[in-house]
Amino acid sequence: MSSRDDQAYFDELVTTATSALVGDEVLLANVSGERTDFIRLNRSEVRQAGTIDQRTLTVDLVAGRRHVAGSIRLSGMRSIDDARIAALLAQLRDQRRVVADDPYLLYNTEPTSTERIERGSIPAPDAALADIRAAGSGRDLVGIYASGDTFSGFGNSLGQRNWFQSSTFNLDWCFYLRADKAAKNLYAGFDWDDDAFAAKVDWSARQVAALERDPISLAPGEYRTYLAPRAMEEVIQLLSWYGAFGRRALETRQTPLLKMLVEDVTLSPMVSISEDTANGVAANFQSAGFLRPDTVPLIVDGKYADTLVSPRSAQEYGVPTNGAGDAETPLSVAISPGTLPTASIDEMLGTGLFVGNLWYLNFSDQAACRTTGMTRFATFWIEDGEIVAPVDVLRFDDTAFHLLGDRLEGLTDEAEVLLDTSTYGRRSTGSARLPGAMVGAMRFVL
Amino acid sequence: MTDLLIESQTLEERLRSVLPGDVDYASVRLVDERSEHLTVRRNQLEPIFNQFDTGVMISIWNDGGLGYAATTDLSEAGLRSAVDRARYWATVTAGSMVTAAAPRDHATGTYTSPVEVTWDSLPLDDRIGLLQQQSRLLGIDDRIVNWGASLVRRDVDQLLLTRSRIGATGRIEQRFRFVYPSLQATANEGTNTQTRTFGGHAFCGQGGAEVLGRYGFGDAASQVAEQALELLEAPNCPTGVMDALLAPDQMVLQIHESIGHPLELDRILGDERNYAGTSFVTPEMFGTYRYGSELLNVTFDPTVPGQLASYAFDDDGTPARRQYLIENGILVRGLGGAVSQERSGVPGVANSRANNWNRPPIDRMANLNVEPGESTLEELIASIERGVYMHTNNSWSIDDSRNKFQFGCEYGQLIEDGEIVGVVRNPGYRGISSNFWRSLSGVADADSFTVMGTPNCGKGELNQEIGTGHASPACKFSNIEVFGGEE
Repeated sequence: MSSRDDQAYFDELVTTATSALVGDEVLLANVSGERTDFIRLNRSEVRQAGTIDQRTLTVDLVAGRRHVAGSIRLSGMRSIDDARIAALLAQLRDQRRVVADDPYLLYNTEPTSTERIERGSIPAPDAALADIRAAGSGRDLVGIYASGDTFSGFGNSLGQRNWFQSSTFNLDWCFYLRADKAAKNLYAGFDWDDDAFAAKVDWSARQVAALERDPISLAPGEYRTYLAPRAMEEVIQLLSWYGAFGRRALETRQTPLLKMLVEDVTLSPMVSISEDTANGVAANFQSAGFLRPDTVPLIVDGKYADTLVSPRSAQEYGVPTNGAGDAETPLSVAISPGTLPTASIDEMLGTGLFVGNLWYLNFSDQAACRTTGMTRFATFWIEDGEIVAPVDVLRFDDTAFHLLGDRLEGLTDEAEVLLDTSTYGRRSTGSARLPGAMVGAMRFVL
Repeated sequence: MTDLLIESQTLEERLRSVLPGDVDYASVRLVDERSEHLTVRRNQLEPIFNQFDTGVMISIWNDGGLGYAATTDLSEAGLRSAVDRARYWATVTAGSMVTAAAPRDHATGTYTSPVEVTWDSLPLDDRIGLLQQQSRLLGIDDRIVNWGASLVRRDVDQLLLTRSRIGATGRIEQRFRFVYPSLQATANEGTNTQTRTFGGHAFCGQGGAEVLGRYGFGDAASQVAEQALELLEAPNCPTGVMDALLAPDQMVLQIHESIGHPLELDRILGDERNYAGTSFVTPEMFGTYRYGSELLNVTFDPTVPGQLASYAFDDDGTPARRQYLIENGILVRGLGGAVSQERSGVPGVANSRANNWNRPPIDRMANLNVEPGESTLEELIASIERGVYMHTNNSWSIDDSRNKFQFGCEYGQLIEDGEIVGVVRNPGYRGISSNFWRSLSGVADADSFTVMGTPNCGKGELNQEIGTGHASPACKFSNIEVFGGEE
């Protein structure tokens, strides 16, 4: 089925289901899908390769304030899918008889239809494989290439239709030198460009060359540290997943930024964080039909600003929704860049740790926003602005109030666009736009 | 919605008819899942969610190539299109593969989760009523600011058909029934927020409504709430080198992260280096390496009735059985399926598993259990001069070689001179896998042995989340770096 057909097909399914509603029923429907080609590689050869073709329809069947939800996979065959939807709606109606009114139910009743389609120029799978294998020739390349259409849509029985679709590719890979010493890189976008890919490969090759020096092991202690944008992404993701920017976690005092609420602790005035939907690659609508604003300021000059508010939280806490999903986590998070010159960051670091990537972050004490995690891939010891040696993996244990607060010396003047390559269930459309951070002292414990 | 395998008598015939006989090895794996998600949060029922998920994965090995194609279109045309796509990939990848090794089994057999009390014998309004009752027992104090109770039921039916050029065929039908209950209470006072749960997410398994009784679901809420409040008043866990006594619901995590993942052969072979990571374990270590003290005995055991990852065959069709991975502290076997065993030359197990129809199988943990020892729990506590008894994991972090780890727990009990003397909050500890297990100095007997699981283990490119089973008694580790919260 072509991508245009997916949009038309969804519209037909919602229209048909709407015609079968009973009484004052309202139907909220969401579809998501992808046709993804994937090639998994190890040692510059193919480990697994194939195609995933899937579409999921999720519906919330509402009558008054009572409602029940469910999802099915769509086959793409109209007769089969109409029957599956009818069976699902019958089950939801049956279950609805035993549920009470939901005081937190909220859905958009002012239909606003939108469409955003991003078409790309993606090579055929065999051509992509040839290019990737050529890049890995004589090297140890490991990673995943994924490409193809992804789409999501919203429709309701009130006539609203929203559609988001993009055709993208991403190659998320490492060149390995030995053991755990590797240079990680990502080539992603809408249009494959041989020159751009070659530049990425060249950058990785130079990183691997830098790793060839004998590694050093640093003792636990505090080190002046530069966190590259990919490392910053891990810190921001951890905060996001545990509700730092969500209304529910704020109201229930589960936010890791609790001290900012209770004790007026602040982050550095250099830190401003927003949900930057306008510059992201995610859909600008959510599952109850609300549109996301172009931007939601979350932290401004180091202080709490707005939170992401889902429709249920809006009802529960009496604040307006701003189109957040149920998880109330940012999909297109951005940190405003600072003034440190990106091009001469080693020089700015002087002597200390250059951390290209962090890995496996979690909380040592969530209420205190004390985090722990590992360095990974290209981490170097720098002296007088020059690389001295790669560093064996280190565990840090420090609070974000230090890393983004009183020990933050500056942010780089360029923010890097980082596309989320995760594929749990389906290919992600999340992204981040982040600068690097210079930290005066970061605590390492193991 | 219905049970697809029973409802559609012609589906299996259709699947069989499209499976090609002119390739080295082909399989079709149908997965049909039906699940129900019920949550009561702060005494309010959240929207009930029902999930129906059906699809197939076609796999073709031919002339040194391998291709997969996954689809939701189960019509004959849809299935033939998927077969064509898998053939295309097998052609494209021929001569470019890390390994051309294909599964060799063409087994025939069945598996069904043991169910004593069917889930549907507990009507929906009774299930909701049970959760409402538990919720009311959790929200007992103004300082409890968030609480909830939930039940998830998943029915997953799988059919694996295999065929080879030489005419061999296989048919494996496995029917899984899973239940995942959970409780949570979060208490707050000022900048102190503490959450206590019902075993984290570890109290889950195969079966019907009896799974709730297996873990005491109906009797746990009051204690969960009371301990959340107790933690508000408790001092931070002390910092220093001391003994750590890990309860079974923390051992789940310790086993998973620092035995399970390091022993996965696909990590050792490098497949996961771009994402989940590699391993400090190398192929040469199997058979001789001292992984832990002599008290450490670890089995891969897919035969435990009711454990989360019990099954009769893995998703490559290899028959599964109980085998020792670590025996008296010595590493004897890895966690790798038939293909990984052929690639590495290391003995493995039947653990090539996919989390759904839309992902290919990779090496995964299944049930990975620490076998009981001979000490009573009381004897272990009495043997500790100073230490912390840690319960229920809430934080986990480990390096990409699965060596340097740091784990945190919800609830700690300080032990001094052989007695529990009080509760401590934010208990944590850190160590290095390659020597941590050698500090194992006590393994409790079968009385504290608890069969549990981890519902959401992430790994793989494409990413996959899958359930793994873990069982353990309480275990004592000596001279561990222990710490508490704040700075």
